[in-house]
Amino acid sequence: MEFMKKKHLLKLYQELKQQGISPEMDFRMRLELDHEGDHDVEEPARGVGGPFMPPQDDRFYDFDDLAVLQGLHRIQPPYVTSLSSIDELLERDRQRETDGFPRKIRVGRLVKPGKGKKDKVVVVPTTVEEKLIHDRLPESTEEEQTAGGSGEGEEGEVIGEQPVRVPGQEGAGEAGEGGVGKHEIESSAYDLGKILTEKFELPNLKDKGKKRSFTRYTYEMTDRNRGFGQILDKKATLKRILETNINLGNIPDLYRIDSTHFLISPSDLVYRVLSPERDYQSQAMVFFIRDYSGSMSGKCTELVVTQHVLIYSWLLYQYSQQVESRFILHDTDAQEVPDFYTYYNSKVAGGTKVVSGYRLVNEIVEKDRLDMDYNIYIFHGTDGDDWDTYGKETVPELKKMLAYANRIGITIAEHSYLGESRTEVEKYLIRSGLLEEKPNLLRLDIIREDADEPRLIDGIKRLIS
Amino acid sequence: MEGCKERARDGGLSFQDETLEYIVTNRDLLELSPKFMIPTLYDYWVHDVEILKEKGRYELYPGNPYETVINTRPPISFYNDNNPDWLNVMIFYHVLGHIDFFQNNLFYRHTWDYDFAGEALSNKRLIAQYRSEKGRWVDYVIEFARGMDNLVGYFDELTRLTEIPGTRGTGRMDYYFDIFLQEVKGVNITEYIKEVDRYNDCIRRYKELGEQSFFADVIKQYPEFESMYAKTLKAGPGRKLDPMQFVMEYSEFLNKDANKWMKSVMQVVRNTSLFFQPQIRTKIMNEGWASYWHEILFMKDDRIKGHEVDFARVNSGVTSLPRVGLNPYALGMRLFYYIEEMADRGKYSYEFQKIQSARDRKDFDAETRGGKDFIFHVRENFSDFMLINTFVDQDFVTRNDLFTASRRLNRQKMVWEYVVQSRKADDYRQMLMDSLYHPPRITVDPEKTTNHTLYLVHRFEEKPLVKDFIQNTLMGIEYLWGGPVQLETSDAVVTRTYPGHPLYGAATAAAAEEATAKVTWQRVVYYMENRKLGKKNI
Repeated sequence: MEFMKKKHLLKLYQELKQQGISPEMDFRMRLELDHEGDHDVEEPARGVGGPFMPPQDDRFYDFDDLAVLQGLHRIQPPYVTSLSSIDELLERDRQRETDGFPRKIRVGRLVKPGKGKKDKVVVVPTTVEEKLIHDRLPESTEEEQTAGGSGEGEEGEVIGEQPVRVPGQEGAGEAGEGGVGKHEIESSAYDLGKILTEKFELPNLKDKGKKRSFTRYTYEMTDRNRGFGQILDKKATLKRILETNINLGNIPDLYRIDSTHFLISPSDLVYRVLSPERDYQSQAMVFFIRDYSGSMSGKCTELVVTQHVLIYSWLLYQYSQQVESRFILHDTDAQEVPDFYTYYNSKVAGGTKVVSGYRLVNEIVEKDRLDMDYNIYIFHGTDGDDWDTYGKETVPELKKMLAYANRIGITIAEHSYLGESRTEVEKYLIRSGLLEEKPNLLRLDIIREDADEPRLIDGIKRLIS
Repeated sequence: MEGCKERARDGGLSFQDETLEYIVTNRDLLELSPKFMIPTLYDYWVHDVEILKEKGRYELYPGNPYETVINTRPPISFYNDNNPDWLNVMIFYHVLGHIDFFQNNLFYRHTWDYDFAGEALSNKRLIAQYRSEKGRWVDYVIEFARGMDNLVGYFDELTRLTEIPGTRGTGRMDYYFDIFLQEVKGVNITEYIKEVDRYNDCIRRYKELGEQSFFADVIKQYPEFESMYAKTLKAGPGRKLDPMQFVMEYSEFLNKDANKWMKSVMQVVRNTSLFFQPQIRTKIMNEGWASYWHEILFMKDDRIKGHEVDFARVNSGVTSLPRVGLNPYALGMRLFYYIEEMADRGKYSYEFQKIQSARDRKDFDAETRGGKDFIFHVRENFSDFMLINTFVDQDFVTRNDLFTASRRLNRQKMVWEYVVQSRKADDYRQMLMDSLYHPPRITVDPEKTTNHTLYLVHRFEEKPLVKDFIQNTLMGIEYLWGGPVQLETSDAVVTRTYPGHPLYGAATAAAAEEATAKVTWQRVVYYMENRKLGKKNI
């Protein structure tokens, strides 16, 4: 399958090449095509057990008596147990800004304290104490990292292997987490959304037009009442009468029932009465679209997903959890994935066609007639690469989306190697004039690869205010 | 437990009589962990927040002494509430090893004269009191002070304490008697002679520490003495001040009456940092020493009976050399055994060193004995760096089958491969040294510190500073200093040369990874003024 895909990509590349592309474009396309690595969100190394234990960045100072001798591990109180202190913390953080110092609390970090296969995605406030400390040399890569070792083996001999992807993790592009335990992102995401809204002064959602209630009452004849009511429920009444008469012994022979001798008690009459029914309704539908092509390696992916986590949390809070979300990943083709976790963790290496993602959204909206019932938000994260250089296909699809969406927010995480030059997506968005034409519907946020969290939150403000 | 102490003393360990042992539950740990197991440590909000741990954890938290025993008077040790008895005995021997180390290794010299738990408690109260008066500003000061608490002049402090009497430049004494008393204070002759007598008396009574105690009283009488002395020192060569001290001493902002409390807070932070410094610099020695002794002492203890297998399991878990990775218990313990044996056979001698033949080296035995005394000497005088630098030699590396390992990515199989890189002692030693705690050496340049601008110099060691942290750290220093701050350091400039397309460099990602990177160094000055950071090349 991989092979087929590659072949398809190459064909596409050849076609585009024949149409004529700039050498710069060519270079970037080939970079994507030849990309063999993955661009998973970096995970802390973890033990995989088994006969070979790789170093988990073990240094001398990782060891301590309590853990080594007594199996007592350092415990950090989970922040949820002290949510009031979190509020205090954030209050203090806001105070810092008034006092003229930069904020120090960061949120939205995803850590996985779970052991073995029990992954837990938790959002925690974190901080770091800055000091002047030594950094690694910029050129030293993982491959040069040396550690100590002992035992047999000639110099140059491979003594062990560790899979790059820890078994039990999501594989490349595989969808579905299925029954392997629910990830606890929802609950903490709600808290995070609250924090974002209240403390980081993210704007509240503006309702356009008529305000819709989260709950709708429909009046239906669903409730039953005995003795009196609006409509007689004949079947239910007959059942009751039968029951009563069986108990009274009025039916001696089941095969010859004489209904004329039946006694009918008033309480046997079952009526239906009119009653209000609550109809829960999700108000917002959010589409998250993420470019997961080859070029989205490392930092770009992290930035985009982090921002999407934050947006997701914020919306979850804004709509009191009445938010439905759909997650779409695209390279040259788009696919929908079932949950945030898969969305967050999937990786692939292929080319980029933004249009595929947009097209899929349009299809879903059209098919499910979502535009009738929902506020639709669409957030797209990309590194700005697109094989559709001039947006010939993308812009029309985008226009289609603008017709029904409440807000489209596009985040471009620029690679640092680009320097000052603009990305394809940025170029054709500007050229299309849609940004000026519909500033309320379409927003663009361009971040550098080295952006930090406050920058991301700023970006969210830009996307949704 | 008292029996254990006796046995340990018979083995040669020395430590004070009183010790405190606490049984702890997980619940207790919840409260103790953020405070580095010292229940009386001052409160600080960062302790309650999940700290980002990935980057530079040890450099940022040089304390990190999350240990089973803490270096207080009396020493306090912690035991899991569901340990079996025999394990507690073993751990207690381990603890005694640590206590002996704390109380005899010279790198802990500055912690010997007071009880840290007690001092921490009074500091905690002090800070709590300030917090009730000054509110959040106390936390800012703590934060900014902690921003530079890894730059404390730990070795200067040690030098001051361990100087051999007589060799010390008695500048302070000269200044006190020749200038301060006569010119500044203009005291009369009787008083002057009284002071001379008092000085002589102190020297007689306290020997080496005489001068120190003498001046402790001087400061009580003339609180301004230190700062005046320091001012004269600034003019000429003399006592070196670390950046924290320098700021405390000369910051106009801090020395305003309204801000003097900040100095006490800074002092608390600085002292706490100084207290933790030796721990991280003697990790291998300390754990090695404690493991060496728990093994020797517990195996002789009759309480091991019936638990030999349990002990073997636990002990091997603690002290086995990992296939890949570094374990301070394993390495330190083996080094002590090795050193003891080498010294027993008189191998630390010129006679042995000049032998070339491997067999002769192996069989060499001058029967000098005295290996035990030798390791006690090492325990007293060495730190991790010195230990590794002196004793990790080829014989040690070969005997323990040690090597340096590297990992590389195998793209075909998508696995990390671990490779034996080198079995040379030099490489192994270098690898060990590279993994030791090593904060940057940053000092104040008094010459360039002019016009209210504090000028810090980072000594070049082919390592850049973490750029992300510079801004906020300097901002904190600027606040405490009350004026602009400059930091001279070196930035690494990486130039990559790609074997490929001349215009776009590498044509493929694969080639891009083969690109060779060359690092050149650019001396730069970061300057912080009005909370804005700038940078210029010099």
